Amino acid sequence: MLVVPALLGLAFLLVPLAGLLIRAPWATVPDRLFSAEVGEALRLSLVCASLATVVCLVLGIPLAWLLARGDLPGRGFLRALVTVPLVLPPVVGGVALLLVLGRRGLIGQYLDAWFGVSLPFTTAGVVVAEAFVAMPFLVISVEGALRAADPRYEEAAATLGASRWLTFRRVTLPSVMPGVVAGAVLCWARALGEFGATITFAGNFPGETTTMPLAVYLALETEPDAAIVLSIVLLLVSVGVLAGLRDRWIGGPT
Amino acid sequence: MFRTALALAAALSLVGCGSTQQASGVTGDVTVFAAASLTGTFTELGRRFEAAHPGVRVRLNFAGSSALAQQINQGAPVDVFASAAPANLEQVADAGGITATPAVFARNRLRIAVPKGNPGKVAGLVDFGRADAKIALCAEQVPCGAAARKVFEAAGVALRADTLEQDVKAVLTKVRLGEVDAALVYRTDVAAAGDEVEGIAFPEADQAVNDYPIAPLAKAPNAAGAQAFVDFVRSDEGRAVLAEAGFDSP
Repeated sequence: MLVVPALLGLAFLLVPLAGLLIRAPWATVPDRLFSAEVGEALRLSLVCASLATVVCLVLGIPLAWLLARGDLPGRGFLRALVTVPLVLPPVVGGVALLLVLGRRGLIGQYLDAWFGVSLPFTTAGVVVAEAFVAMPFLVISVEGALRAADPRYEEAAATLGASRWLTFRRVTLPSVMPGVVAGAVLCWARALGEFGATITFAGNFPGETTTMPLAVYLALETEPDAAIVLSIVLLLVSVGVLAGLRDRWIGGPT
Repeated sequence: MFRTALALAAALSLVGCGSTQQASGVTGDVTVFAAASLTGTFTELGRRFEAAHPGVRVRLNFAGSSALAQQINQGAPVDVFASAAPANLEQVADAGGITATPAVFARNRLRIAVPKGNPGKVAGLVDFGRADAKIALCAEQVPCGAAARKVFEAAGVALRADTLEQDVKAVLTKVRLGEVDAALVYRTDVAAAGDEVEGIAFPEADQAVNDYPIAPLAKAPNAAGAQAFVDFVRSDEGRAVLAEAGFDSP
């Protein structure tokens, strides 16, 4: 009874990916793959996604700690707010970023006036847009790990005279490391695939803000074959990420 | 399923239709894909077409002409295609999507758009080369981007931009928000933007006048509706709406 919809579901998820591989212009794949534009977009994507992940780690782990351990009122509400970018359409996120960090934005106007910094249309803008949409993945993952971890180890460390920072660094963080790694990988993958917020907030210029997803979208209008090749590259990267997480998720409960 | 529902709706409207619809011979939905720069005028034209043909619904889709051409070539069920340049319509014709002879129904030219107050002190195309000026242009595959390239060549200014947007409305939005100091958009877009945007005419714009062609599609689900809409756009009333928005008559 369940087998038919299950197989349909499987086909629904896999057939489009197979279509990508079937329709790929294999003869020209090597040429296109090593063309300057693809290389540039891929390099930019990898650099920006990695930088965004670093930003997410630096800001997201403390935030996750606050949500899991902090003794603050309205924690549930705060947690819900943190996950908003997760469900928000990325384009809306881009518009919001533009209104806050744009040249005339709430904060952006002071960045521009005081420091001469303008984030839209820069590579830094891409990192900001990607970090905005990707951070909830890291926060949720790390927070879940923190809540599952036994707080008594931290208490023991504290009774032995360790400072809060030392406890966090030597006891808490190592105990939730698998959660941090999984969160970082997810965060990185989400940043790599980010399109809507990037094109809205950071614009599109080759070598500066044209990441792989933007390049795919652009290429589709002029050179569909190039778009397919770019898509396959992204597909391979995604599969690579999943393979990296194999033990954690695909293996299922052991 | 959707198609059956559509056919059913069309059949029902045929059964229940009044004399006005039979007089015009147009029923059902007319799906129109139009260049982003036609957003204002075609919305108005669609409204008037619906008023002239009770019971008919005009469904409009606006985007960069190249994106629209691509969607049509991938099999989107469309009745009419109005492009901002002949090249994008030819892409569809080459793929067999259009067999009718396209008609040029309007002309448009570029204008420099700057945010209100002109904070970047932009006076002409030469200022686009300034390193401190933030510039938005259309990507080259959309007609406004191709036209931008032509005017830069004519002016002898190296093409430089901070962002290449997907259609002319996206470029205009960046000007409206004050995110860029200057951009090249169509004259009609500057007019449509009202007070938020100031336009600056420049002589090289004459070197890149865009012809806007329109044609019914060969596989139009509503062939009668497609032809009626094309005729309406080219009618005196249609021309008046376009002229009011700032388009030149072909």
